[in-house]
Amino acid sequence: MLDLVAKSPADGLVPVAIGTMTLDEVAPSAITFLTAAKGQEAALSAALKTAHGMALPAAQRATGRDGARAVWFGAEVALVGAVPDPSLSDHAAIVDQSDAWCVLRLTGDDLDAVLARLCPVDMRGSVFKRGYVVRSQLQHMNVVYHKLSENAVDIYGFRSMAATLVHDLKIAMESVESISWCQRSL
Amino acid sequence: MRLTCPICGDRDRREFYYQGAASILNRPDPDAGIDTWDDYLHNRDNPAGLTQDLWYHEAGCSSWIVVTRNTVTHEVIKTALAQTVKGQNT
Amino acid sequence: MRVAGSGQIDRTKKVTFSFDGQDVHGFAGDTIASALLANDIRLMGRSFKYHRPRGVLTAGSEEPNAIMTIGTGATMDPNVRATVQEIFQGLTVQSQNRWPSLNFDLLSVNDYLAPFLSAGFYYKTFMWPKAFWEKLYEPVIRRAAGLGALSMQANPDKYDRAFAHCDLLVIGAGPAGIMAAWTAAQAGLDVIIADEDFRMGGRLNSETETISGAPGADWAAEMVARLSEMDNVRLMPRTTVIGAYDQGTYGAVERLSHHIPRDDAKRPLECFWRIASKRTILAAGALERTIAFANNDRPGIMTASAVRSYLNRYGVVGGNRVAIFGNNDDAFRTARDLAQAGVHISAYIDSRPDAQIAGDFPIYRGGEVYDTAGRTGLTTVRVRHDGGTLNVAADILGVSGGWNPTVHLTCHMNGRPIWDETLASFVPNPDAIPGLTVAGAASGQMSTQSCLMSGIAAANTVLQQLDKKPAAVDVPAAEDLPYRITPLWAVPRKGRAWLDYQNDVTVKDIKQAAVENFRSVEHMKRYTTQGMATDQGKNSNVAALAILADVTGRGIPETGTTTFRPPYAPVAIAAMGQTAQDQGFAPHRYTTSHQASVEKGAPFVEAGLWHRPSYFPISGETNWRQSCDREVTMVRNAVGVCDVSTLGKIDIQGRDAEKLLDFVYTNTFSTLKVGRVRYGLMLREDGHVMDDGTTARLGDTHFVMTTTTAAAGQVMRHLEFVTQCLHPEWDVAFSSVTEQWAQFAIAGPKARDLLAQFVDQDITADNWPFMACGYVTLGAVKGRLFRISFSGEMGFELAVPARYGDSLFRQLCATAADMGGGPYGMEALNVLRIEKGFITHSEIHGRVTAYDIGMQGMISAKKDCVGKTMAARPGLLDPARERLVGLKPVGAVKTLSAGGRLFTQGDDAVRVNDQGYITSVGYSPTLGHFVGLAFLRNGPERYGEVIHMVDHLRGIEAMCEVIPPIAFDPEGGRMRA
Repeated sequence: MLDLVAKSPADGLVPVAIGTMTLDEVAPSAITFLTAAKGQEAALSAALKTAHGMALPAAQRATGRDGARAVWFGAEVALVGAVPDPSLSDHAAIVDQSDAWCVLRLTGDDLDAVLARLCPVDMRGSVFKRGYVVRSQLQHMNVVYHKLSENAVDIYGFRSMAATLVHDLKIAMESVESISWCQRSL
Repeated sequence: MRLTCPICGDRDRREFYYQGAASILNRPDPDAGIDTWDDYLHNRDNPAGLTQDLWYHEAGCSSWIVVTRNTVTHEVIKTALAQTVKGQNT
Repeated sequence: MRVAGSGQIDRTKKVTFSFDGQDVHGFAGDTIASALLANDIRLMGRSFKYHRPRGVLTAGSEEPNAIMTIGTGATMDPNVRATVQEIFQGLTVQSQNRWPSLNFDLLSVNDYLAPFLSAGFYYKTFMWPKAFWEKLYEPVIRRAAGLGALSMQANPDKYDRAFAHCDLLVIGAGPAGIMAAWTAAQAGLDVIIADEDFRMGGRLNSETETISGAPGADWAAEMVARLSEMDNVRLMPRTTVIGAYDQGTYGAVERLSHHIPRDDAKRPLECFWRIASKRTILAAGALERTIAFANNDRPGIMTASAVRSYLNRYGVVGGNRVAIFGNNDDAFRTARDLAQAGVHISAYIDSRPDAQIAGDFPIYRGGEVYDTAGRTGLTTVRVRHDGGTLNVAADILGVSGGWNPTVHLTCHMNGRPIWDETLASFVPNPDAIPGLTVAGAASGQMSTQSCLMSGIAAANTVLQQLDKKPAAVDVPAAEDLPYRITPLWAVPRKGRAWLDYQNDVTVKDIKQAAVENFRSVEHMKRYTTQGMATDQGKNSNVAALAILADVTGRGIPETGTTTFRPPYAPVAIAAMGQTAQDQGFAPHRYTTSHQASVEKGAPFVEAGLWHRPSYFPISGETNWRQSCDREVTMVRNAVGVCDVSTLGKIDIQGRDAEKLLDFVYTNTFSTLKVGRVRYGLMLREDGHVMDDGTTARLGDTHFVMTTTTAAAGQVMRHLEFVTQCLHPEWDVAFSSVTEQWAQFAIAGPKARDLLAQFVDQDITADNWPFMACGYVTLGAVKGRLFRISFSGEMGFELAVPARYGDSLFRQLCATAADMGGGPYGMEALNVLRIEKGFITHSEIHGRVTAYDIGMQGMISAKKDCVGKTMAARPGLLDPARERLVGLKPVGAVKTLSAGGRLFTQGDDAVRVNDQGYITSVGYSPTLGHFVGLAFLRNGPERYGEVIHMVDHLRGIEAMCEVIPPIAFDPEGGRMRA
């Protein structure tokens, strides 16, 4: 009898705890790309609001909450955590991406310092605030950052690159930890 | 070098892929003749001063962007989404 | 020797390090140079060319002489400036450019050969005989040349990188920089202030002048402490801003842990910063230059300001008797401070007859130092004064030829500095870098008071530019003495007067360059090496070009400067490589079957970023060919499983999806039925092949396109280009789903039998024919099934959500094994497709057309598509082009070689006779011989001809027959079964 076992993208790679920082996997139950058909943005937003309780996010923003979020992904919006209501397909292309993304949550007081080592965009807390989304690089990889709170960010990277994502984050976490040590030692 | 993506804002050049002259937006008709096609594909001005070229925000929102810049001073004067520029039939 | 009392060293913290194997004692806060001088060690290195004994010249990063190697073994660091490196307990330091020892160096024989080694010597001498260059001259010169040496071991040190963003970047934390940062910070700007020293304060740390009544160094420390408490200010000590780039981008190197023992492998040594700032204030100060006179390079001779730095900052004087030689008022401060500290001043020589100076020591106005003596350290200064000469005993000679504002960064974007007659120096062009304002001594402000005020003014300029209110800050009071100078570049006399210490360039060399017509300053630099290497002539360039100007009868402004380029100070290559070491070099992409493949012992090959298994060895197999042959045979006779998830998969939906596909593919997709797959060819607009792959129609307005692994990114970008730049009116959405699906090829006569054990639906030849596609279920898991073949066998590709990929692959392999099948890797996949004449990017490498690969017929006549017009150019349809054929060996040599060139039999195997080349080869166990794919002139017209293959690189020659590209099952009956 066929019995297919599911494996999460960062299986065996996390959690990682270094200094003040921790890295863990989120593994949302579903991720779905919604791309509004031409001229259907408002209708899609309304349908999303009715079905899932939040409007379409503006560029570089996220709406909703844990369990049903809408995260701006560029041309697409990712519906994270909820199975899309069938009504959405009247206004948008619907693409299942539940298995495509490795979602890592980076948490801790040195968040800004770690992100500054990985991403060329200004990720300081004063600029990159809760509910903000940035599409940019993490070292050489293209990722999506979603700021959850002052000291937590969700990072969406390609599933196939999960090992490198964790590796690069770990190196940056180690740098920050060792540098704050040597600064303290002065 | 930094470019302002009309969607994502001020970004480091490393996030972008450079295509070339923005004249590539104006694709000739299939029967426009070989000279027109030759110009479209191969022949470029090399201005000392204002130029328009096309960049792709590969590590960001995937927008194609028309960048107006000065080749002498390196000043970036304007950036606009290619689909908007195209819509205005420039 | 140490001078009691003064300095910013911590005399309670003793630090011991080793220099050339000897223990040396210093204090916390010392550099190597200050600690060595404190121990009366003046000889610190040997020069590059003549191996002359040299001591420290400066107290900063511009140091040309005191260049050392620190550490040992793999972490050894050559060419470290002793003036910058802080000492710490256990530090190991070695001098360079000497053998066997610093005091007795065999290559110092070069110094006696100096008459023969002048500028251009190498160019002129090592010309003949020509053959000697490679075998004799170059190896010998290379062995003797070079600064320092590498350990020849892999460097285990970690380097970091980071990005910073701010409203204002202040470069330099002297009086001007501190006031600029303070003023801007008060007004609420986000400020970064970077300084290359480990102690902020700039010259204030080296001077005795007061600010607002407090010693300058104390004032600076207090201001730095106040800045450090502000949330909107980031202090970056030990950080050198090395380059200015477009749109307010600056490169900077932060030395994180050079000053502490390397006891934690995870701690980075340096961090390479890219700083994006809205505005920048350059307050980098000024650097003192020397004066050229005969034998002005003896250990103990240094800049007058360095003498002052060592005295005031480190409490050190390098000897008992000090002489000073200058042409400006600033040099006098050195004498004044030394006298104050009770140091014996043997002579003060000022080249200006009217110099307004006074002191309790011998003063020679209108005098010149014309020579010196002392073999490995200065003993005597020879002075010309009042028509006569005299010898002055001295261990240290402080020389000041004036100050050069640090204009470097203002010239990084093609700006040229401006000559200022009054200062006898170049000052920055104020508009050289957009967004950059220069303040303090860097802008030619030479008094402490004017530096403080210009820092405030620069910050207020920035505030105004950023639409902020100017900040009212208290202006501290400081000295405001005039800076008077009468230029003196070189003292005429027979003997070598050194300009560029690091490269051993003399006044005579510059003159010789001019005589030989290297009159352009850039030519002079290349001919003489003036201003090259790690210090880039910071102390000597201006004097060198003043001398060049003089010899060529031009003014200094017309002579101009050489080009200032980044980096401002030396940067380790490793710092630029940063985190790209090891795993950080590029992302690694792993398929879901990776772990299982590792467990099966598969070696991997990198395809783009992906790791793909080459083959799956079983017991008894000792080389890859055995495994590959077995896997090919297994697919042809039973069933094989191969992970094909790496191919690009793009989900395309929307009313205009058909239009997009018809436009990017040469052939038509609007006619494709739902539930069917079609092979498509994509061209670039210039008519050459971009990519190929299959596209499946899952619904009326829903397609899934596959691309090759290599071109997935390029195709995605192309689709975005077409829909944003050419046809933004189309209503079509597409997303990459490469990562979403784990997809496995199941190929072989028993493919359907294997599939039946996994898929709930009944898959038959009738309901699922060749090129069918659709949805299937595997228990609770929803999958997709495509009947396509890249092996020429009955083939399916089964896709499941990636979370099940690992599990499905393991079970497919296990079940296949029971049927005489199993997994196959890239080697077998390659042989299978070569046997069938299927192309990959080995064939569609960017220079081939549809015509070349025999697919001209796939360019639909009924519609336009990308590349159609240009593909019709006559030159691209010439039958004599190199066109795709198959090859098999028919002579004594039975192998083929990818990359081998093809020649008509009887022709010489030389370029002009070239007929084409081989792109792919493999041994076909099915056919019992090698098969290859090749591009051959008039290819398809030459089937049956025997041609000559030569791989010049590998030394392989073979005779082979030209055959059609499809060597196996040309009718395709097997894959349609």
